[in-house]
Amino acid sequence: MATTNPLGINVEKYKYGFFEPEKYVFKARRGLNAAVVNEISHMKSEPDWMRAFRLHAYEHYTQRPMPKWGADLGTIDFDNIFYYIKPTEKRADSWDDLPPEIKRTYDRLGIPEAERKFLAGVGAQYESESVYHNLKDEWEKLGVIFLDTDSALKQHPDIVREYFGTVVPPEDNKLAALNSAVWSGGSFVYIPAGVRVDIPLQAYFRINAQNAGQFERTLIICEPGSYVHYVEGCTAPIYTSDSLHSAVVEIIVKEGARCRYTTIQNWSTNVYNLVTKRAVAYRDATMEWIDGNLGSKLTMKYPSVYMVEPGAKAEILSVAFAGKGQHQDPGGKVIHAAPHTQSVVVSKSISKDGGRAGYRGLVKIYDGAKGSRSAVRCDALILDDRSRSDTYPTMEIDEEDVSITHEATVSKVSDEQLFYLMSRGVKEDEAMNMIVRGFVEPIVKELPLEYAVELNRLIALEMEGSVG
Amino acid sequence: MADLEIKDLTVQVEDKVILKGANLAINKGEIHALMGPNGSGKSTLANVLMGNPFYQVVKGEVLYKGEDLLAMSPDERARKGLFIAFQYPVSIPGVTMSSFLRTAVSARRGYEKELIPVGEFQKLLKNKMAELKIEPAIVTRYVNEGFSGGEKKRAEILQMAMLEPEIAIMDETDSGLDIDSVKVVSDGINRMYEHSDRRMGILVITHYSRILHFIQPSYVHVMFDGRFVVSGGPELAEELEQTGYEGIKSQFEVIAAEVASEGAVRRAGKVFWVVH
Repeated sequence: MATTNPLGINVEKYKYGFFEPEKYVFKARRGLNAAVVNEISHMKSEPDWMRAFRLHAYEHYTQRPMPKWGADLGTIDFDNIFYYIKPTEKRADSWDDLPPEIKRTYDRLGIPEAERKFLAGVGAQYESESVYHNLKDEWEKLGVIFLDTDSALKQHPDIVREYFGTVVPPEDNKLAALNSAVWSGGSFVYIPAGVRVDIPLQAYFRINAQNAGQFERTLIICEPGSYVHYVEGCTAPIYTSDSLHSAVVEIIVKEGARCRYTTIQNWSTNVYNLVTKRAVAYRDATMEWIDGNLGSKLTMKYPSVYMVEPGAKAEILSVAFAGKGQHQDPGGKVIHAAPHTQSVVVSKSISKDGGRAGYRGLVKIYDGAKGSRSAVRCDALILDDRSRSDTYPTMEIDEEDVSITHEATVSKVSDEQLFYLMSRGVKEDEAMNMIVRGFVEPIVKELPLEYAVELNRLIALEMEGSVG
Repeated sequence: MADLEIKDLTVQVEDKVILKGANLAINKGEIHALMGPNGSGKSTLANVLMGNPFYQVVKGEVLYKGEDLLAMSPDERARKGLFIAFQYPVSIPGVTMSSFLRTAVSARRGYEKELIPVGEFQKLLKNKMAELKIEPAIVTRYVNEGFSGGEKKRAEILQMAMLEPEIAIMDETDSGLDIDSVKVVSDGINRMYEHSDRRMGILVITHYSRILHFIQPSYVHVMFDGRFVVSGGPELAEELEQTGYEGIKSQFEVIAAEVASEGAVRRAGKVFWVVH
């Protein structure tokens, strides 16, 4: 039977390969080999095509060299990571079913409060697997699917199989291959044609065990004319050794649909955050990425939008804050592959205490993408002399009938601004805070209120002690 | 002792000495005007009084209600009731006027951890904007961002009204304003003065005597080249209007020469002049 899946991977080839059923343990061991990949798939009782997909990806991962550009990834000890940890026996359907320890963690994150405010379905990722997922009844009636990706694979195998790995194939890059091999959890969102989900869908993600690699896989499908705003908030406690977060997010925005994907992440400062996020936008569709990057030791993340049909639009807004010992290397990619496509990229980076933050981006306009427009703006704010900002804008423009703008500014908090605020009675640290908050305001105002508040609070925390 | 007492204040920027031993005393309830040609040091004086770190005080002292003003940080000065309406207020992108005003009013009123309750603040803001005939939309905009010259000046006056200072310095608040705007701004300042039961001290720094038709000073001072050279009553402003700074300057030089040989106080024409 079925020898290939839509990705062209030979399922039969991997059907019995590397299969070691007797070696299951509750906690997967450190490090990765084909047997671990097999175990993960077996423990999840996945269909053969997914196991084949994983093994194929693993093979590619072993052969693909580590990226040499950007930040130094050589310090990650890939053999010292747990690639899969199952936190509880079964998923909880209501808040009351959650184990007390997990509840306490979420209490600190404010999830129950979010529930009380009738926010959208809450999906929370504890270690590697979703333990709690909820979706409002009315959306279920409309045919909206919001599940963790593992459950989606079981309950909606055909939809998952049709789209999984089509936007970010395992061969895309080494870390995408790694994620494809060992992925666990993440969100699956399906919005039927014409359905508008007016309240944001929210999921909290956490890394909770030391050396727990977190490889969630998110897939969002917006059928024609639909709308969804998906919000992902990440926080992680402090650990003593390095952790890796390597997610893949794939989004398909069909004709006339609009998808907004908002991330506020605050990984602890030893986490390597290497994420592949990509969307495909079809005719007159709109894809918006809003990305707030605080925390982590290193973040490399370039949300991208492939505009493949006329009239598609892309917007990428990002904020990065790099403190002591941190390197934030965010950015974005907009690919104009059809006429009359439009993109806007706004990046704001802040560095202090020797941190390094910046922007790395690509604007690509293919020959024939007539009448396309792109505007890129990146602003960097450097808070002291030890910190740095780097901007790497790349433009590949193969069509003449286009309009492109690029603006970049690098600034320091000016003494005049500080003096002005202080001359009204505002203390120096608060004045500094106000200026930094104002700097990121164009992005913060795009966030749902509770996330705007959280981001401002996180920035205030980062700013503590910055006035000497 | 005066509420604000400036003694032999000498100030430089980088290597250039700008104030060369300025002396002035202002009490609460008094309205003073400080005039002088461009580059005479008027704005420098205002900025030094507020604590602008760009300027270095090399000599002299300033006492504010008996305390060493120069030892205080700018925010401390503001919380103690000193205010300056800037000539060139800077913009703070992304910070709305209303959040800025709420933070500033809270600081001035001694709120430590929390802010002034939002209802109380809104009521205050609404009243002050109505009194000053300021478009309410201004408080939803970012501080001075994209403001016209007139809007900036009105925004400074709004801040002054909200903070209710004890001594306020208006640094060329009239420059760049058309005559109607000068009148509106002056009416606002006069109302604040009355509102304080004539207890607010005001130093109006101006290049032209125009604003002094609307705000009546009790004392007028003229600065040349980093020094207060003459002081007098309101009639000194009129005299200036007639003769221009050049006229005053030539008279001053004559008087200065006479003072040097004869003594400290001189009467010249209708004007009573004190040479510092």
